Amino acid sequence: MARKISFQTAINEALDQEMARDPTVILMGEDVVGGTGADGEMDAWGGVLGVTKGLYGKYGNRIMDTPISESAFVGAAIGAATCGMRPVCELMFIDFLGVCFDQIYNQAAKFRYMFGGKARTPVVIRTMIGAGFRAAAQHSQCLYPIFTHIPGLKVVIPSNPYDAKGLLIQAIRDDDPVIFCEHKALYSMEGEVPEESYTIPFGEARVVREGKDVTIVALARMVNQAKKAAEALAKDGISCEIIDPRSTSPFDEDTILESVENTGRLVIVDEASPRCGMATDISAMVAQKGFKFLNAPIQMVTPPHTPVPFSGVLEDLYIPNAGKIEAAVRKCVEYA
Amino acid sequence: MAHPEIAPITMPKWGLSMQEGKVVEWLAAVGTTLQPGDQVLDIETEKIANTFEALEHGLLRRQVAKAEDVLPVGALLGVMAPASVSEAEIDAYVAEFLANYVPPAPEEGDVGPNYLWVEVGAGRLRYTKVGDNGPAVILIHGFGGDLGNWLFTQEPVAATAQVYALDLPGHGQSTKALADGALAALASVITDFMTAVGIERAHLVGHSLGGALALQIALAAPSRALSLSLLAPAAIGDEINGGYLRGFISGESRRDMKPILQQLVADPELITRQLIDDILKFKRTDGVPEALRTIAAGFVNGDQQQVNLRAKLGELTMPVQVIWGKQDQIIPVHQANGLATNVQVHVLEGVGHLVHMEAATQVNALLKAFL
Repeated sequence: MARKISFQTAINEALDQEMARDPTVILMGEDVVGGTGADGEMDAWGGVLGVTKGLYGKYGNRIMDTPISESAFVGAAIGAATCGMRPVCELMFIDFLGVCFDQIYNQAAKFRYMFGGKARTPVVIRTMIGAGFRAAAQHSQCLYPIFTHIPGLKVVIPSNPYDAKGLLIQAIRDDDPVIFCEHKALYSMEGEVPEESYTIPFGEARVVREGKDVTIVALARMVNQAKKAAEALAKDGISCEIIDPRSTSPFDEDTILESVENTGRLVIVDEASPRCGMATDISAMVAQKGFKFLNAPIQMVTPPHTPVPFSGVLEDLYIPNAGKIEAAVRKCVEYA
Repeated sequence: MAHPEIAPITMPKWGLSMQEGKVVEWLAAVGTTLQPGDQVLDIETEKIANTFEALEHGLLRRQVAKAEDVLPVGALLGVMAPASVSEAEIDAYVAEFLANYVPPAPEEGDVGPNYLWVEVGAGRLRYTKVGDNGPAVILIHGFGGDLGNWLFTQEPVAATAQVYALDLPGHGQSTKALADGALAALASVITDFMTAVGIERAHLVGHSLGGALALQIALAAPSRALSLSLLAPAAIGDEINGGYLRGFISGESRRDMKPILQQLVADPELITRQLIDDILKFKRTDGVPEALRTIAAGFVNGDQQQVNLRAKLGELTMPVQVIWGKQDQIIPVHQANGLATNVQVHVLEGVGHLVHMEAATQVNALLKAFL
């Protein structure tokens, strides 16, 4: 029987297997051990959501709880990476990148380039993204476009448990800094995941569903929303091809262009803010390189250009969903 | 069902994980007299696209399923009946079938394929078993394959046999550790497997590299092989498409792999995106590239096979048959010529190296006849 585990367990398993395989892999971040010395379940909680639970017992001081000082521990992880370790550090919410951005974009991202290819910085920064948790404007953003903007960083955004494990193992073995974005709403998602270690190369999109009328490009949580929309549209005879880029840097342009060549229509779904995001970026790429394939204007499904609202009613309205994707696809198909 | 002369054509179950299939198009028109093996319609599953072939003789009277319909296993696709049966009787038959048909329960679907595991000296092996009665049959896949390659074979043959399919070391979900890639070492893993699951003697069916292994077992331990069915086997000639093996090992992307895998079949449409993705997933598992290189080095050097057991075929005392696709681009079909007289040879037209997938009905009939 094929084994099914959650996205969260897949992340834990990837960390566990890489720590077992390579003694230079270390973990650091706020609460990644989760304190020690308490009774039972409360001992070594393993991160705010328990993603790293069980690893402290196996690997001891290779897992470090750090002070609440992102600028210090993110910098320390990057420094350790330049000195031969493979640190996986956890920036609890991507929203906190502001306090450690210099370390990431002006140091880690630049070392290989500025030292003429002689320096390696094999650090992974795991971080939570996404809205939907009533966690308000400072804990709900999808800031991956900001990292995608920086040459020298690799940016990875898994949408399911299988990809989460393979992409994280790839990230740990990669010699460049990798920003690994985990959508909070996906942690409980279950899927088939092999027990063995495996990798998924960056820059290779996954074709989630094949179709012939419209191409939908979606990332992270939006992949599941796109699937729901595609199922509803199929009942009306509209056939959607769904592409999950999986990494935004490097980026697989070919799979999208080949798909648009077949469908002639493109809808991009992005939970990030609408300005200077992946939707605009992919849209520009296809308009430039695939203009002759297009039979209708490209549609973008994104939140409005506002902070993520705290009000539950407004937050639900803010997040793109299957209904909005369906409407965008219909607009595309109905375009004369 | 009521009418004795009416026979349904139903959605086949191709492989353990198949729940439903999509009708791509009908290849046989209403009014066609079908013979076993005739192409009836194209069906696509999430794993594979293939042509459904007629299982028995009959007149196609009705196409119930339409192109693009997605239907569960066992659902009614079409109706065969002699010309003497009236349209009204067929209408009644279809209505009764639809009224009584119950799709497989969803919780059954959630269980997924029932894989089994066994520990042998080489490590842990994955296998499946279908069928409860009759002699044991062991299906041995080829280089880079896995037990799933027998999706069109295992259940049909299991009607009269207990059919085992295993993942070779370095393949599927079996151990990826491989000390020795030589044919003799791999063959002894299979005899260890037989011992571990309690099979004294079995009909051995091997494809390509698996054919070489079946032959190796029959030569080294003749008492354990009831018969040999060798499908486009390795190790009975010198020539092999080494470029295919090298490309299979080194290919890193869908773009690399597609033209390589298309060499396996006469009809390139069989190589779906899902099939390519599944092979890439396999190749990206820790230990697989090393295992594939070790095994390839054990039987091939450049475009030459390193082991040629052709001269020994005549020594075998159990029944032996060789089945080859005429359009094989991996191991040339001319190697089926001039074999020892105790070997029955079947060359199938319009079929490539994956003879058991491209001509499943014919191959299954030959396998069943051999039990």
